[in-house]
Amino acid sequence: MTASSAFPPALVLILGGLLLPLLRGYARSIVILALPLLTVWLVWQLPDGVSLSVRFLEYRLEVVKADALGRLFATIFAIMAFAGGLFALNQRRVAELAAASVYAGSAVGVALAGDLITLFVFWEIMAITSTLVVWSRGSENSYRASMRYLQVHLFGGVLLMAGIVAQVTDTGTIAFTAMTPDTPGTWLMLAGFLINAGAPPLSAWLPDAYPEASYSGTVFLSAFTTKAAVYVLLRGFPGAEILIYVGLYMMLYGIVYALLENDMRRILAYSIVNQVGFMVTGIGIGTEMALNGAAAHAFTHIIYKALLLMSAGSVLYMTGKRKCSDLGGLFQSMPLTTACGIIGALSISSFPLTSGFISKSMISQGAVDERLAVTWFLLAAGTAGVFLHAGIKFPWFVFFQKDSGLRPPDPPLNMRLAMVLFSILCIGLGVWPQPLYALLPYPVDYAPYTVPHVVNMLQLLLFSGLAFFTMLPLMRRTLTITLDFDWFYRTLGKWVLGPAATLTGNALRRAETEARNWIGVLIGFVFRHHGPQGALARSVQAGSMAFWMIVLLGAYLVLYLV
Amino acid sequence: MSEGKHWLVRRRSIRVLWIVFVAVLAVLVVGDVFIYGHPTFGLDGTFAFYAWYGLLTCVVMILLAKAMGVLLKRKDTYYDGE
Repeated sequence: MTASSAFPPALVLILGGLLLPLLRGYARSIVILALPLLTVWLVWQLPDGVSLSVRFLEYRLEVVKADALGRLFATIFAIMAFAGGLFALNQRRVAELAAASVYAGSAVGVALAGDLITLFVFWEIMAITSTLVVWSRGSENSYRASMRYLQVHLFGGVLLMAGIVAQVTDTGTIAFTAMTPDTPGTWLMLAGFLINAGAPPLSAWLPDAYPEASYSGTVFLSAFTTKAAVYVLLRGFPGAEILIYVGLYMMLYGIVYALLENDMRRILAYSIVNQVGFMVTGIGIGTEMALNGAAAHAFTHIIYKALLLMSAGSVLYMTGKRKCSDLGGLFQSMPLTTACGIIGALSISSFPLTSGFISKSMISQGAVDERLAVTWFLLAAGTAGVFLHAGIKFPWFVFFQKDSGLRPPDPPLNMRLAMVLFSILCIGLGVWPQPLYALLPYPVDYAPYTVPHVVNMLQLLLFSGLAFFTMLPLMRRTLTITLDFDWFYRTLGKWVLGPAATLTGNALRRAETEARNWIGVLIGFVFRHHGPQGALARSVQAGSMAFWMIVLLGAYLVLYLV
Repeated sequence: MSEGKHWLVRRRSIRVLWIVFVAVLAVLVVGDVFIYGHPTFGLDGTFAFYAWYGLLTCVVMILLAKAMGVLLKRKDTYYDGE
């Protein structure tokens, strides 16, 4: 073990991120791009097993522990930090850049955490820094959304902490290994993980908060929190059957809500829940094929989802508009953004020759191997539905549709480069999947490109496209949102708790007024006696001193005689 | 008037695109005759399964979304001023 390999790779992005506000201009840009590259290099220096352990109370924390799965996620998190940083180079709010860097670093920390305590620490840093990314956009809406987001994630953190405490009490070890949800501790941990994955019932935090970040902030957000959750589920709960049902629900929920949505980045946010649903289903199936599929899909998903949000972010950056009903016809003046958006859209739809095709099909294959008929039919329907809500709907309404009259050019060079880089990766991995397959946790015995598979997938997707275009009148965009679970805490909660809040608020105000009055009285009293005119603060004059001496002596005489 | 438009949005081009699209769909369906997949669940071995299944499930999902929209859609200013 050399000195460099013992340095926690997570700290590069975390400490470097904290330095960013001190730097300016090119120096800042160079550091933003260098930190993730250094992280990838350090991750690949790590030998299998524990590289760094620290004593804490009576435990030995395994701060850095590497294996194929952890290395895969740490690598993609760092690649994402690089491309996201490149895309965000012209972001003027340095708070967002610093927070995003620490956020990415703590995601790397999660991927390399060997024990539950280290995991929890990085998990909570992620919650705080991701809140800062939303919040740093600086608008009233983003502030409120970030506070709602933080509350959901702190709640998830409390569940996770309680679960960890129960688990450590039960088993006496803090090791983070595969578990089955059969004790209160493991159930609580599973619930804590699932909240971050965007699972029901609290999934609304994701489409609520992510689209309120800046044009570049949402790109970072799309990658880390949900995929770190996929990672911990992969390691902690492979084969837990409940995950199949949770995953299938998330998949369908994402499609239906995205179909109803008008805000382009909220469409993509719902589609994150949909995609994580595929991964969670794969983890629930639990065979090596399905787990490989879930891991590979997380890897490719981070790339194409970031690409989609970069193209949406470019549109937002150049036009200031985010609603589909205000957009359309942009392909004429933003050809590169359109092309990159379409490549991302084809990848998410698992179109042949794109990255989604070589990863998602392994999850379906897992369902076939296990003869899970209902799961397989729903996965196929979900695949068709992805093309519907993200594959066609997003590029169609943003770049084509009607002519909105907007003619913005493509975005600045750094943003174009970031999109081109990820477009190349989307197609590169789709055409040449072997390098990714080699990184997966289990040996891969799967050939995605067979004639039946390609033809079947093309049938499924293109007939889904036929449904879209023939039913286009039903898809007309309206200036609406769709109520989700967050209604319970945003509206119902206010009705129920609003009066209570008013009452307690009033009581607090009354108590405060009362207290201020008493303090005023006290100050007045002290001032009267000790102030400039106070009897006890007057400078003593010889006459009054003689007077008080006589009084004292007189009193002494009286006491003596009595 | 249509001459001033981008070639892709002219009525003629859109007609051509539709014709090409339908031709590709037809080729895919006909191609199904020559391909032996590995049906596992019975239903997936029916003729042009992926074509009709993709179309059918998408129609169902669009209608389902539409129905949920009736209940759950609100003006996008619903949460303003909270």
